[in-house]
Amino acid sequence: MEHYNMNLTVKVWRQKNSKDKGGFVSYQVTDISSEMSFLEMIDVLNEKLIVEGGEPIAFDHDCREGICGQCSLYINGKPHGPWMANTTCQLHMRAFKDGDTIVVEPWRAGAFPVIKDLMVDRSAFDRIIQAGGYISVNTGNAVDGNSLPINKDHADASFAAAMCIGCGACVAACKNSSAMLFLSAKVSHLVLLPQGEPERKSRVLNMVAQMDKEGFGACTNTGACEATCPKEISISNIARLNKEYLFSSLTSDK
Amino acid sequence: MLDAKIPSGSLDDKWTDYKGHCKLVNPANKRKLEVIVVGTGLAGASAAASLGELGYKVKAFCYQDSPRRAHSIAAQGGINAAKNYQNDGDSVFRLFYDTIKGGDYRAREANVHRLAEVSGNIIDQCVAQGVPFAREYGGLLSNRSFGGTQVQRTFYAAGQTGQQLLIGAYQALERQVALGNVKMYPRHEMLEVVKIDDKARGIIARNLVTGELERHFGHAVLLCTGGYGNVFYLSTNAMGCNVTAAWKAHKDGAAFANPCFTQIHPTCIPVSGDHQSKLTLMSESLRNDGRIWVPKKKNDERKAIDIPEEERDYYLERRYPAFGNLVPRDVASRAAKERCDEGYGVGTSKQAVYLDFADAIVRYGKIEAGKEGNDQMSIEDIIVLGKEVVKEKYGNLFDMYEKITGENPYEFPMRIYPAVHYTMGGLWVDYELQTTVKGLYCLGEANFSDHGANRLGASALMQGLADGYFVIPYTLGNNLADDIYSKAIETTHPAFAAAEKVASERIQKLMNIKGKQSVESFHKRLGKIIWDKCGMARNEKGLQEAIKEVQALKNEFWSDVRIPGEINEMNPELDKANRVADFIELGELMCIDALNRNESCGGHFREEYQTEDGEALRDDANYMYVAAWEYKAEHEWTLHKEPLIYDVVKPSQRSYK
Repeated sequence: MEHYNMNLTVKVWRQKNSKDKGGFVSYQVTDISSEMSFLEMIDVLNEKLIVEGGEPIAFDHDCREGICGQCSLYINGKPHGPWMANTTCQLHMRAFKDGDTIVVEPWRAGAFPVIKDLMVDRSAFDRIIQAGGYISVNTGNAVDGNSLPINKDHADASFAAAMCIGCGACVAACKNSSAMLFLSAKVSHLVLLPQGEPERKSRVLNMVAQMDKEGFGACTNTGACEATCPKEISISNIARLNKEYLFSSLTSDK
Repeated sequence: MLDAKIPSGSLDDKWTDYKGHCKLVNPANKRKLEVIVVGTGLAGASAAASLGELGYKVKAFCYQDSPRRAHSIAAQGGINAAKNYQNDGDSVFRLFYDTIKGGDYRAREANVHRLAEVSGNIIDQCVAQGVPFAREYGGLLSNRSFGGTQVQRTFYAAGQTGQQLLIGAYQALERQVALGNVKMYPRHEMLEVVKIDDKARGIIARNLVTGELERHFGHAVLLCTGGYGNVFYLSTNAMGCNVTAAWKAHKDGAAFANPCFTQIHPTCIPVSGDHQSKLTLMSESLRNDGRIWVPKKKNDERKAIDIPEEERDYYLERRYPAFGNLVPRDVASRAAKERCDEGYGVGTSKQAVYLDFADAIVRYGKIEAGKEGNDQMSIEDIIVLGKEVVKEKYGNLFDMYEKITGENPYEFPMRIYPAVHYTMGGLWVDYELQTTVKGLYCLGEANFSDHGANRLGASALMQGLADGYFVIPYTLGNNLADDIYSKAIETTHPAFAAAEKVASERIQKLMNIKGKQSVESFHKRLGKIIWDKCGMARNEKGLQEAIKEVQALKNEFWSDVRIPGEINEMNPELDKANRVADFIELGELMCIDALNRNESCGGHFREEYQTEDGEALRDDANYMYVAAWEYKAEHEWTLHKEPLIYDVVKPSQRSYK
């Protein structure tokens, strides 16, 4: 892989706090290596801002290996930037070339208010999980792990849904700011396992009710969520969610 | 000062007897008792959820925006349990023995045995929560082997085991939040422990969104705040991982044990330049199939695929024929460093070795061809089939490697180099996980107790969940049973005001320095000192220099650091400054501890103490103890020794040859 250095213009959304109106500010960054990660490029810019007496750009990030889901960023109009199946922290600068202008914005969704600059509040996701995204089993209740064989295909499909990192890119990508892909991934993860069966109906009804309460939009099946998901969560989970919701609405005992 | 409170009786019976005789708190009283849990990784989330289920009033704190982000999530390979599902000779004793031996005989027998005993319950609990572990076609749980062991006892969920276990614990935690048993405080950082009558009775936490300092009362405080690997600046830890909570507890009286025991993981993606902010691990499970080598010729500039078989040095297979590429982490890391130091390293930096899947691809391809009954298949077709198998097993790791390096690992061998990964040292705790401060507990990686001088693969997840799900619910009750008459203390108590003042003044002081250098630049310099002189190999001269350098760095930090922004707002630079200030002080203690320990054991390799063929040379006569440091004053600590007594295992020279 050939390495190269580049000079770039970075247009960043700056917003002092949730009450501030905010706006774009342009910065020049020089000598950026193609081997850097995107966030390391922001680190370089921040270091420059600090030394020059400015305020560094606030952004969420933690593991920087694509698994914790804390990083976000709308980069050139795409959540997590131009690469497929990728998080912002794993985006590397070889995705760009010398002279490029890069536009960086926070997630845009009514249910994700901006805290500062590029940081948003995604606690709505935690509240959706609180509404039913679990199996009610206290510590100590469990039987032997192998006492209940689980069809491998079901276990694998459950795992594929459970890989969701809760980053919110699906919401950011959706023109309706819908959280259906996130919610459907959790419902699928649990409903595909026999352990999830007892709470099957109440779970989906309660989680959907909470999603609506948080102000997420409705799903119109455009598929932007699936296309942008860093973990390639399938949109077929939304079909399963709809089926579960309908079935539970019609047959619920309550 | 150190009473480990290890129960009497035979090793097999200690935990059972303890559980049978420990004091209980009745449900009505539990409702009156408040518990603070700091950190919500595997240890913290599992503890908070389990204690909430029992009926305690729990407050949980994390610095991330959600408990689901804690860095336990990044653990890839798996979790050990002595289930013996594979009928390959595993047992509680064998898991206990492997862990003690892997830790180079520097861990407590009783704690490790308890860990092995509860390991099976963890798997059961996680399965019940809906953790989608890998399964066989018959529907039963799958296992694989992992570095440093000869049985298959590792349970896994592809390369995302930590993620799946954490989501299980996180969901259990959120369920308790919904039930009102746990109150969650995300984007909060603990800055002080509050002690009243020599007992931990609360914390001062900073709300990272508003910058406000908050007072929180608890009858007990549990620190589940992870390891301190970020003292090295570059590590596989998340950017926010820090030692602050543990360090504040230490300065308030909790002894810090074995700080120099840090684990350098052998299979990480090498550093690519000065801009690097963190390192990424490639799961140890890759060593099950990958072969590690360097060229036999020094400074060989050829591409890996142009170097013929006979000119490659598979140095682990050469040096350790019994374990080969599966030797424990400390051994594999040192062997890589040795080759690179001698000039056999590869890549542009020459600080890397190859991890090669070519043989595994052909081997798997032949098996697939055999399944098809085709023994005439061309090697090209065999390779195509083999790549599919490797993709199935390690696809996500290979993808990650390609994203970071831009190289295709299916075609070219990966380049790897050791990196800081885990810290075995931590706050000293007794058998009940209580620190030397009464009412202050420490769980998971943040404590020192189970891994000795080196941790075996797939044991960190096991320990975090053992502490949180199955140990603390018993041991905390045993102590809180005496506290049922203690009413909750108002946070207007002078002790809270005093602790808040300490935190507030320190923040003021930091902000008022208004120097020229960024926090990050100090952190990088600290990391370089510690990596160069207290990293994979240490010696007396280097450590003495490092202590002086760290002390000088501390002075420079406190006179020239520049923190932009305000106190009462979201200010990530201020958060970082608070953490780096503590890392600097810890760095000094690590070097002091490494200097004190005149032996080599596990991850602690003192160059003066090695065998003729370069293996670690322990000194059991003089150093078979836990070094627990008590903070006295700036640059001043007192060493307390907890002797390690081996009733069951007979310590021997660790050999993987």
